[in-house]
Amino acid sequence: MNPELTERAFAPTAPYLVGREKVREFARAVLATAPLHHDPEAARAAGFADVVAPPIFPIVIAEATLQQLLAEPDAGIDFSRVVHGEQRFTYSRPIVAGDELTATLRVTSIKTLGGNSMVTSESAMTDAAGEHVVTSISTLVIRGDDA
Amino acid sequence: MSLLDGLEIGQVVAERTVHLTRDSLVRYAGASGDFNAIHYRDDVAAQVGLPGVLAHGMLTMGVAVQPVIDWADARGWVSDYQVRFTRPVVVDPQQGADLTITATVAALDDDTARIDLTVTFADQTVLGKAQVRVTTLA
Repeated sequence: MNPELTERAFAPTAPYLVGREKVREFARAVLATAPLHHDPEAARAAGFADVVAPPIFPIVIAEATLQQLLAEPDAGIDFSRVVHGEQRFTYSRPIVAGDELTATLRVTSIKTLGGNSMVTSESAMTDAAGEHVVTSISTLVIRGDDA
Repeated sequence: MSLLDGLEIGQVVAERTVHLTRDSLVRYAGASGDFNAIHYRDDVAAQVGLPGVLAHGMLTMGVAVQPVIDWADARGWVSDYQVRFTRPVVVDPQQGADLTITATVAALDDDTARIDLTVTFADQTVLGKAQVRVTTLA
């Protein structure tokens, strides 16, 4: 792992438009049956503009920032050795269909422990007005040669 | 009635057993865009030394929070959710895998409850530090 990645500035991703059918499809995949995820009327009755995305939905958008990280020529990350160690989503407000989200990656820490590397990165997602919606924080473990 | 009324620390707000199958994994792969073959190909899983095809960690994370969302209904929303992936969930091609989820109140403040999840597969926990913050909807 290249420790200098923590100082690098990454370009914001292209805006991701959250679609109603995508929210429904994703909700079905995580067995989310609550009406808020599927029925716009139920969502509006609860005060939301449209169907609400399940809490882990931002992982779909964070995928684009992960690709940015892996694509850094000097990152030294072999994806076949990567294991997902930890994940967190910290919200300012729920994601609803119609949101247009832009993610900006920041590598916050790189540690080496017993031959393995642990890289923690944050993808901060903002809406079309530039307001913060959610930050996805991932820790990836890159297994060493002997692990 | 507010979500937090009458809630006490240590109270179990939801319990559920969820059955995952290989179909669940394929569906999650398609919906999420995570097409790592260890989640649907036995030969690839064996090649990299795994005991079998594994559920995506994110699928486990996504499914585990669902009982909390159903409990909160339209009275609250998930403002923070974190987990550590501590053990893999091996999904047998014929038997699938059963995840047992228990959601317990761990902390309370004015407008938010912290709910801790215990998620087990084959009698072992598969998530660590699985914490959900549910904030009341005004």
